[in-house]
Amino acid sequence: MIPPPVCSRKTLEIGSKHSPEMMCLPFKVFIGNYIESIEKGADTIIITGSCGPCRFGLYSLIQEDILQDLGYDVDLIVIDSIKEGYKEFISNLKKITKTNTLPQLYKSSRLALDLIKRADDLTQKSNYTRAYAVDKNHVNQIMDNYLKTSVQIHGASELINLINKTKEELSNVKLLENYNPIKIGIIGEIYTIIEPFVNLDVERKLGQLGVLVDKSLTPTKWLEHHVINYPFGSEDENNKFKLAKPYLHTPIGGHGRETLGSAIHYKNLGYDGVIQILPLNCMPEIVAKSILKNVSKDLDFPIMTLVVDEMTGEAGFVTRLEAFVDLLSKRREKHLIG
Amino acid sequence: MDNFYMGIDVGSVSTNLVLIDEENNLVYKRYLRTQGRPLDILKEGIKEVKDKFGDAHILGVGTTGSGRYLASVLIGADVIKNEITCHAVAALDHNPDTRTVIEIGGQDSKIIIINDGIVVDFAMNTVCAAGTGSFLDRQALRLGMEISDFGTIALNSSNPVRIAGRCAVFAESDMIHKQQLGHNQEDIVRGLCDALVRNYLSNIAKGKYVKSPILFQGGVAANKGIREAFEIELKEEVYIPTNFDVMGAIGAAILSKDEVKEKGHTKFKGIDMCRKDYKVNPIDCNGCSNICEILEIKEDGNILARYGDKCGKWSL
Repeated sequence: MIPPPVCSRKTLEIGSKHSPEMMCLPFKVFIGNYIESIEKGADTIIITGSCGPCRFGLYSLIQEDILQDLGYDVDLIVIDSIKEGYKEFISNLKKITKTNTLPQLYKSSRLALDLIKRADDLTQKSNYTRAYAVDKNHVNQIMDNYLKTSVQIHGASELINLINKTKEELSNVKLLENYNPIKIGIIGEIYTIIEPFVNLDVERKLGQLGVLVDKSLTPTKWLEHHVINYPFGSEDENNKFKLAKPYLHTPIGGHGRETLGSAIHYKNLGYDGVIQILPLNCMPEIVAKSILKNVSKDLDFPIMTLVVDEMTGEAGFVTRLEAFVDLLSKRREKHLIG
Repeated sequence: MDNFYMGIDVGSVSTNLVLIDEENNLVYKRYLRTQGRPLDILKEGIKEVKDKFGDAHILGVGTTGSGRYLASVLIGADVIKNEITCHAVAALDHNPDTRTVIEIGGQDSKIIIINDGIVVDFAMNTVCAAGTGSFLDRQALRLGMEISDFGTIALNSSNPVRIAGRCAVFAESDMIHKQQLGHNQEDIVRGLCDALVRNYLSNIAKGKYVKSPILFQGGVAANKGIREAFEIELKEEVYIPTNFDVMGAIGAAILSKDEVKEKGHTKFKGIDMCRKDYKVNPIDCNGCSNICEILEIKEDGNILARYGDKCGKWSL
């Protein structure tokens, strides 16, 4: 198992060079990840599939071609939705987890899901801690250290130990007292939300401004909806569909419908605002963006959209985040007085 | 002895320095071209303030603009605020009823929507600088005229030419094409103004509810042709505040006043900073594949600040 090196400018440069220019940003980062991993010795690539009306469904097909054209001889395993065939799904999982029987497969899958959940919980805890921390850099150091160590260790038990240790460190961070942070929900395209390199580390940047950040989608939430609770879906995600219904009653591909539902979800939770992040020319999110204008107006709820691609300048990004946080604090002040 | 608050807006094209008094009245303003040398220009600006108001008290300093962090490192700012908030603060100080702020600067343009005295929505140009000051500067140069005459010439046109203003590069080639066809210079200039306004309204102001009173700020507001084009397109009067060119700096100064009043002290290093020697030392970090470009700022040989790294390894 070779985890791709942490996404960097180099990853994106490699990816952009070998990808169609008008392709969405995650595609380019993926290609970069593949090539960097292959150079480190990977011979098999695992990617999830999709059959929704979004280009993600084409990723595996085009990417396999690109890798072949470049002369890389690798095995590409696509884990398609269970809908596409239960047999393939199981046989792919067996191949990945190197298990032969169903009970074994069940056991290793449970472990994998547990690890993903623990890692997500830790990231979320760091976001909460950063908002309240007296010294925000201390939280950054703890998390940097965790990320650095996590690729050096082996096995599930070591990883669990590391996560627990990091959790404890976070619990010991000194927090501000009587502090009521601005709360912002991050919504939009799933990959853009969860990969800090792609979203220019939006969680950290907002946390640094003392903002409490929550993400509408995480690997855990995705798995709970698409795998663990298959075919019914998780309660949270189904609720988002319900919330989105007055605006949109059919899926529009990707996570367009979830984005709308999430915005309303955060409004109901009493958040101050949401930020939608999408990769340039992501179709489902563009549709959602136009509808979000009405959501914002109807609910009197601030929503800002940020578009990222390989040309995104960091300075403008920071200016917008800061201005948005100013806007939210002023709004809150006014509500308190008026 | 007088008490002042200083606002500094370090933008891509200009560096603006203002002093305001306790009643937010503008006492002094200086508009300097940044010319890619923000450090030197900043020192120069501070020196001028020193020569003029040497014995005055400067009680607080606010910085804004894309160079706000750099300026703060040098000067010691009480407030480091983004341009959007600063422009809104200054606009509301000028007219508390303001509903819309159009701001066009050297390399970016913004729209700020205000309701009941608070910012409710805003937008900034994302990928392209078509329609901003530096683009107009360049076209004025190409047409062989002073940028200060640009707007007045545009007003003389009776038959504006239609120019494709969506992209700065294409606008330029379309303009050259119209020149070659033999159109009048004033018609072309007017056509450019119209194209820029159209581009602004369909890109930045898209989907925003532009309501009156509308304030037009930033260096480009000096251009009468652009102002008139806005008024025709919006069918509303567009107001230009007296100090339209330094509104960002005024906003920063006002914010620093509030901050200092609350905190009770200032972080300002004093006006004598202009005598010190500042050097910038760029470092390419090869520690990982991000290859961050780190900037190190030295004050009289001592390291003052380092920034630009993703991992925090170089931070002091």
